[in-house]
Amino acid sequence: MDGFLTLFQKEVLRFWKVSFQTVAAPVLTSLLFLLIFSHVLERHVQVYAGVSYTSFLVPGLVMMSVLQNAFANSSSSLIQSKVTGNIIFVLLPPISYRQFFAAYVLAAIVRGFVVGLGVLLVTLWFVDLSWRAPLWILVFAVLGGAIMGALGVIAGIWAEKFDQLAAFQNFIIMPLTFLSGVFYSIHSLPAFWQQVSHFNPIFYMIDGFRYGFFGASDVSPWASLGVVSGCFVVLTLFTLWLLRVGYKLRA
Amino acid sequence: MNPAIRIEGVTKCFGSVQALAGVDLEIAEGEFFGLLGPNGAGKTTLISALAGLVRTDAGHLAVMGHDVVADYRAARRRLGVVPQELVFDPFFSVRESLEIQSGYFGIRDNAAWIDEILENLDLTAKADTNMRQLSGGMKRRVLVAQALVHRPPVIVLDEPTAGVDVELRQALWGFIRRLNRDGHTIVLTTHYLEEAENLCGRIAMLKQGRIVALDTTANLLRRFSGHTLRLRLAPGNGLPEALRALTKGEADGAYVFSLENCEGIEGILADLRNAGCSVDDIEVGKPDLEEVFLRVMERG
Ligand SMILES: Nc1ncnc2c1ncn2[C@@H]1O[C@H](COP(=O)(O)OP(=O)(O)OP(=O)(O)O)[C@@H](O)[C@H]1O
Ligand SMILES: [Mg+2]
Repeated sequence: MDGFLTLFQKEVLRFWKVSFQTVAAPVLTSLLFLLIFSHVLERHVQVYAGVSYTSFLVPGLVMMSVLQNAFANSSSSLIQSKVTGNIIFVLLPPISYRQFFAAYVLAAIVRGFVVGLGVLLVTLWFVDLSWRAPLWILVFAVLGGAIMGALGVIAGIWAEKFDQLAAFQNFIIMPLTFLSGVFYSIHSLPAFWQQVSHFNPIFYMIDGFRYGFFGASDVSPWASLGVVSGCFVVLTLFTLWLLRVGYKLRA
Repeated sequence: MNPAIRIEGVTKCFGSVQALAGVDLEIAEGEFFGLLGPNGAGKTTLISALAGLVRTDAGHLAVMGHDVVADYRAARRRLGVVPQELVFDPFFSVRESLEIQSGYFGIRDNAAWIDEILENLDLTAKADTNMRQLSGGMKRRVLVAQALVHRPPVIVLDEPTAGVDVELRQALWGFIRRLNRDGHTIVLTTHYLEEAENLCGRIAMLKQGRIVALDTTANLLRRFSGHTLRLRLAPGNGLPEALRALTKGEADGAYVFSLENCEGIEGILADLRNAGCSVDDIEVGKPDLEEVFLRVMERG
């Protein structure tokens, strides 16, 4: 149990020591998104009755930060350890593959939460948010962070070079997060793209998360919870399997 | 009693490269054991298999009786490995690295032992320095320290002295010897054969993934190596024909003879006297591991 706790603490400490880059920078990015998009769209777009566009945008930005930073934490930590070789420090001790998984994913969730809270605090200054169903907010943030943390573990294990990880991030994670309804409701899309969006798991994370604030969403939060939980279980099992057989970690 | 390390029929291929071609080896508790071999012989692969960093194709390995696959947690708790590659975590200081490593092994309050290790490896002054700011030799010493945080009964050092200066090499060996006297089993790989000769009670030589020699250091020296005699004759003197056939070669104007034992020297000197040669300089070399190593590698 203690090996797990140490690994978890180390992973948190790792990003906290460079928080300017791992926390402050993404908060600033989200703030820029908010300023630009709300400036351009505030007068033209209303998604839910009685909810200004800027208010609509904030939960999406918060969740996007949670997701992207959770992914960034586990993936960058693993690839760095692999490239520099210090991954052996965690491979030599008697840490089980389950503990290994739990530590990296939990630390990813923490990083996601820290950045997400940062974004929330900064953006609250610009909008009034309602908090209709806080439990949903928490559930989707945790599950979303966990999914992206696990995905980060997979990407970090799979990638052998930094540019492979960058490709994973730029060609999979970024499109999925940007095309998930952070900036718009998918009901505003043509029917075909609405259908496509329904195959994007991140859409459900954002939609469910936003439900927690406004009590309104594109699909039922229960449906979103079902999809997101399913993704979490599948990804967890897959990642655990990779770790158990030592894929790319134990030659 | 279980041996400290048991290796049975271990093979490992990396693609078409056969890194280990069936290794059997037992190392008893308390031994100071040397694992020697040229570059690419498979030393690091064998150590990695023992540490669970590499999965073998066949065979079994156990540390203090615990199988490294089936019972990996018990096995790893009993094993400390100093890796060959100079690796470090740039996010942390020396002390933080050691505390974290202790935590991985489930040890929370380890300050006293960490201080002792730091002291013995002459790292106390650098305890709070970030790993990035250490010299190569210091980083190597931190790797040694990291392998010791959990007081493993079996310690494996993969070229621990590469890039470490003379003074610290002595200090490091003093420390490791003390650990050995306290009952720790030590396994060492090194390319400094003199080091192995002085330290190791028993030695295995590996070549292309196979053990080609395995014996006590004394026996190896006796079996494969003799004394060497270097002679420099006074100017104008030529080596008698009878002796010329016995020389192994000529180096820097000195003739080199290889002898089974010390008695051979007398005969050569007698021959020289009879031929009226006068000797300028004479030097007798003891058998050394380097010669043994070269002979074994030629044969094996
Ligand atoms: N991860 C790997 N992938 C592919 N080949 C490998 C890998 N690790 C080792 N090898 C190969 O296995 C063989 C044994 O390598 P190993 O590192 O065990 O040698 P060594 O005895 O430790 O050599 P050195 O004295 O140079 O450290 C070499 O031919 C090496 O190229
Ligand atoms: Mg090696």
